[in-house]
Amino acid sequence: MNSFKGVVGTSVARPQARRFVFGRGRYTDDLRIAGTLHAVFLRSPYAHARIEAIDLDAARTVPGVVAAFDGKAIASVCAAWTAQFATLPDHRSAAQPPLAVERALWQGQPVAIVVADTRAIGEDALGLIEVQWHELEPLPHPVATAVADPAHPPLHAALGTNIAYERCIVAGDPDTTLAGADRVIKRRFQFTRHTGVPLETRTVLAEFEPGLRRLTVYQSTQVPHQMRAIYAELLGLSEANVRVIVPDVGGAFGVKLHLYDDEIAVAAASMLLGRPVKFVSDRLEAFVSDIHARGHTVDASVAVKNDGTVLGFEVDDIMEMGAYSVYPRTSVGEGLHAISLTGAPYAAPALRARLRAVFQNKAPVGSYRGVGQPIACGITEHLIDAAAAELGIDPAEMRRRNFRRAGIDPPKTAGGIAAGDLSHQRCLERLLQLMDYDGLCAERASARKAGRHLGIGIAAFVEMTAPGTGLYGAAGVKIACSDGCTLRLEPSGVVTCVTGATDQGQGSDTGMVQLIGDALGLDFDQVRLVAGDTAVTPVGGGTWASRGLVVGGEAALGAAHALRDRLIDIAAALLDVRRDALVLSASAVRERDGAKSLSLAELGGMMHYRQDLLPSEVERSPVVTFHVVPTGLIANGIQASLIELDPESGFVKPLRHWVVEDCGRVINPMLADEQLRGGVVQGLGEALLEECRYDERSQLQNATLADYLVPMASDMPDIVIDHVHTEVTGTLLGAKGIGEAGTIGAAAAFVNALNDALRAFGCAISEIPCTPERVLRALRRVP
Amino acid sequence: MKFAPFDYVCTRSLAEVYDLIEARGPDARILAGGQSLLTTLALRLSEPSVLLDIGGLQELRFIEERNGAIHVGALTRHCELETSPLIAARLPLIAQAMPHVAHAAIRNRGTIGGSLSLADPAAELPACMLALDAAIVLASRDGERRVRAEAFFKGLYHTDVRPGELLVRVEITPLEKEWRFHFAEFSRRRGDYAMVGLAAAARGPGPLPEELRLAFLGCGDRPVRAREAERVASGSASAPRAERYSALRRALEKDLEPQSDPNASSETRMHLAAVLADRAIEALSG
Ligand SMILES: Cc1cc2nc3c(=O)[nH]c(=O)nc-3n(C[C@H](O)[C@H](O)[C@H](O)COP(=O)(O)OP(=O)(O)OC[C@H]3O[C@@H](n4cnc5c(N)ncnc54)[C@H](O)[C@@H]3O)c2cc1C
Repeated sequence: MNSFKGVVGTSVARPQARRFVFGRGRYTDDLRIAGTLHAVFLRSPYAHARIEAIDLDAARTVPGVVAAFDGKAIASVCAAWTAQFATLPDHRSAAQPPLAVERALWQGQPVAIVVADTRAIGEDALGLIEVQWHELEPLPHPVATAVADPAHPPLHAALGTNIAYERCIVAGDPDTTLAGADRVIKRRFQFTRHTGVPLETRTVLAEFEPGLRRLTVYQSTQVPHQMRAIYAELLGLSEANVRVIVPDVGGAFGVKLHLYDDEIAVAAASMLLGRPVKFVSDRLEAFVSDIHARGHTVDASVAVKNDGTVLGFEVDDIMEMGAYSVYPRTSVGEGLHAISLTGAPYAAPALRARLRAVFQNKAPVGSYRGVGQPIACGITEHLIDAAAAELGIDPAEMRRRNFRRAGIDPPKTAGGIAAGDLSHQRCLERLLQLMDYDGLCAERASARKAGRHLGIGIAAFVEMTAPGTGLYGAAGVKIACSDGCTLRLEPSGVVTCVTGATDQGQGSDTGMVQLIGDALGLDFDQVRLVAGDTAVTPVGGGTWASRGLVVGGEAALGAAHALRDRLIDIAAALLDVRRDALVLSASAVRERDGAKSLSLAELGGMMHYRQDLLPSEVERSPVVTFHVVPTGLIANGIQASLIELDPESGFVKPLRHWVVEDCGRVINPMLADEQLRGGVVQGLGEALLEECRYDERSQLQNATLADYLVPMASDMPDIVIDHVHTEVTGTLLGAKGIGEAGTIGAAAAFVNALNDALRAFGCAISEIPCTPERVLRALRRVP
Repeated sequence: MKFAPFDYVCTRSLAEVYDLIEARGPDARILAGGQSLLTTLALRLSEPSVLLDIGGLQELRFIEERNGAIHVGALTRHCELETSPLIAARLPLIAQAMPHVAHAAIRNRGTIGGSLSLADPAAELPACMLALDAAIVLASRDGERRVRAEAFFKGLYHTDVRPGELLVRVEITPLEKEWRFHFAEFSRRRGDYAMVGLAAAARGPGPLPEELRLAFLGCGDRPVRAREAERVASGSASAPRAERYSALRRALEKDLEPQSDPNASSETRMHLAAVLADRAIEALSG
């Protein structure tokens, strides 16, 4: 076990954030490159329509318009793509073009691109484009689609079906096990489509240099190396000639993890024109073009014995995708998580889970913070509470009796997840203490006498973090699970860290600097970070699946240890003392108990300019690189929600929220806690407010921020956080990911709290968001 | 989204505004606080040829008492109404309603003239004008005319403002001492336009209201005085809650025609309106 000196594990402030506080963030849209043109897109107004003809001539005549291209023109330099995983041979999709050709498959799909001197001119020209549309029937509701309504021919004729993927998990002999159940509690769940709504919308600036056929793409993305590989492949360029640079990113949440048709069309336009082209998605088009997530209709049940023992779960999940499976990660990851993680915190041996992922004439579905884990948690925790209520067992006690026990239960869950040493019991006990569970229950009882309806809900969860190469590498997809870090001792004694990890605002930069500073005895301002440039940084995965600081930080720590050892070797020779008498602190290598020391500036100076002074028998390079290949770490935690229901109006107010989480070592509690809080707010948004509302023609009804409601600080409760620390072995860092934990459990805890309050009225809700109208319907106050 | 091109004139006097309205015809649009207009331009929902910015006309920005009535200039900002001691003392219903109007940043710029001219059926100020029986003063080159609030709001985003006219102020005669006021609304998030809201006033020397005014927002294509419910409510103030709710609900079915939209069905709005009315009576009964 590695010992840290003190900066790691403390809530040091984020010096990197000062830039933003001073208004000096530099986002892709802030870049000024001479001669840049601005792209705007004509998007399909229909969910499904044939394009009989497109006339771009009038648009081209607008002064300031440089070019306008339709799908065929863009296809001349950009290949179509199909999301496929070697590990999921049954998953099928169709080739997706950069711009719709012949047929548009969702409202919002780009159909033509206009490139102009300004965005405003481009928008003027859009109004002049003539398209002859022939509207077609959109696919019906996913449930109807899943049962293969014969009236609806397959969206992609060659596939012969609208089911893109089907998967069944059967574990623990469900038939026999469930036959022994005293009760089976069933529910129908409806999870509604959401989207990520990052503050900074998707932005890309592509600059093609025709002489050398080099493409530089400045992009607000979580995954620079993934994008480099994709641009090279689809645009027919050598990967060495593609460079992706990531300026500051104003939030991402999974939205900036995928290939977008409009973004690669911008790169294609830059190639066709030989000029830099920029595209900034506006909020309206973001709603119909950013990935969506979480559209699931689920029938699920839990089987229990009268003594409260949970025997198993059954899940039938119909998951809606978009018109294509999103590239390159596919859209089905969410459904796979939903079915494989149902019941994950519990020892119940039996699971029968079925997933059907169906095409829809709607925006593509992709990985959004939590990726299916909130669905699994929502189903499981609702059923556990429902069972507890039927059996008259306290919900906390119900969980206590059924949690998996480390070292006793098999190391794998029924869903096949390696979750051997999780701390569910400890998290629960800590949570009950933190929230004063008994006190709250008493408060709820006295409030009810006074006519107030409080509800308490608990939700335990697991979180898959830092997955290994099995996820994408083995699937034949060019996404690194690994990350690397290069540390360079500068002549000044400052250390430059070149990392493959990317920061979207979550502060992983600060964590990285903390780790390096701690290992090398340097203050924050003695460490410089370089990130987000494929020409410079080691190939890395980027940010997803709560991996940024876990994998990137592990690489930084490994590199820091290597550099430390090297500096000690050199100093030991120069100072003529034993290696183990030396430590790094206060920007120097110094004798632990003596007066001799060499500052990092002195060492840096010699390692760059006076190699003649260095001992020849030790490694003298001022640069070290360290790569880390993770194998997947499963974290866990538990949340609780206290709400007040107004049964007359159907309005529900979150009053307080608690999280106890176990990610092993917490590198910076402030960063970790804010990740949890932000995640909880997103989860409460799902539970209360957020939904992409489509009508029966698959038209998005609420594509503005006035109608798609995101949670605001003033409506959010206090969120109290604590940590349980289970030692993580096998890594230097000893930390698991934490980025999605808040989102995974928050909605489930909230809905359980609401259902706790609704129980007094003999009803329950299993559809989110819990709008006042849905609550009133559950209460049978409105039809 | 970017605006379509338009001309912009920063006007210096009302006379200039009247001239320009005449010269530029129906394509000219008044720009006050811009909080609603600029959004519609960015969405390209309308493409006026010229914006006449009246923001600098100080003569339209005042809150004063004249001959026993409170006069509020059209350019008075929401934040000024919200914090005015005169409004708090003499028109407490408005003071109660203002915190519900949008968010602080929008209240810093939005104006009463803009809000009333826009006539969003879910806006707070129009309903308050109804409950307080305000006079809306419209001016043109030919002089002024006064329109009672109930006649001013004619439909969805539709008012009695005629071509060539400007809303210059509202005049409200405060109700006497015996009146009490109550404002409440249901909105999904603080600061959003309400799903349903109610501006209520009740008169009565004793604890039970003898006369009631119930002006609803979000329950139709304009703010609505619920006369039937007002009548029923005055009689059922002391009835048990469930009974009173049912009586109010029946009356409101006659008064209101709430629309269904994706946020709430007409039934839900009707139910919420009855809940608000019931709670208002509870609150207004001393
Ligand atoms: C996010 C958001 C939330 C909001 N929430 C609410 C809310 O909860 N409740 C609410 O009531 N409002 C809300 N609003 C609207 C806000 O109150 C507006 O400011 C107000 O409705 C319009 O006032 P304005 O001065 O900004 O008018 P502008 O936007 O400048 O003009 C609005 C319209 O009125 C016309 N106009 C303006 N002044 C005059 C005049 N003197 N004579 C004739 N015509 C005129 C304009 O030509 C235009 O058509 C919200 C706005 C936003 C952006």
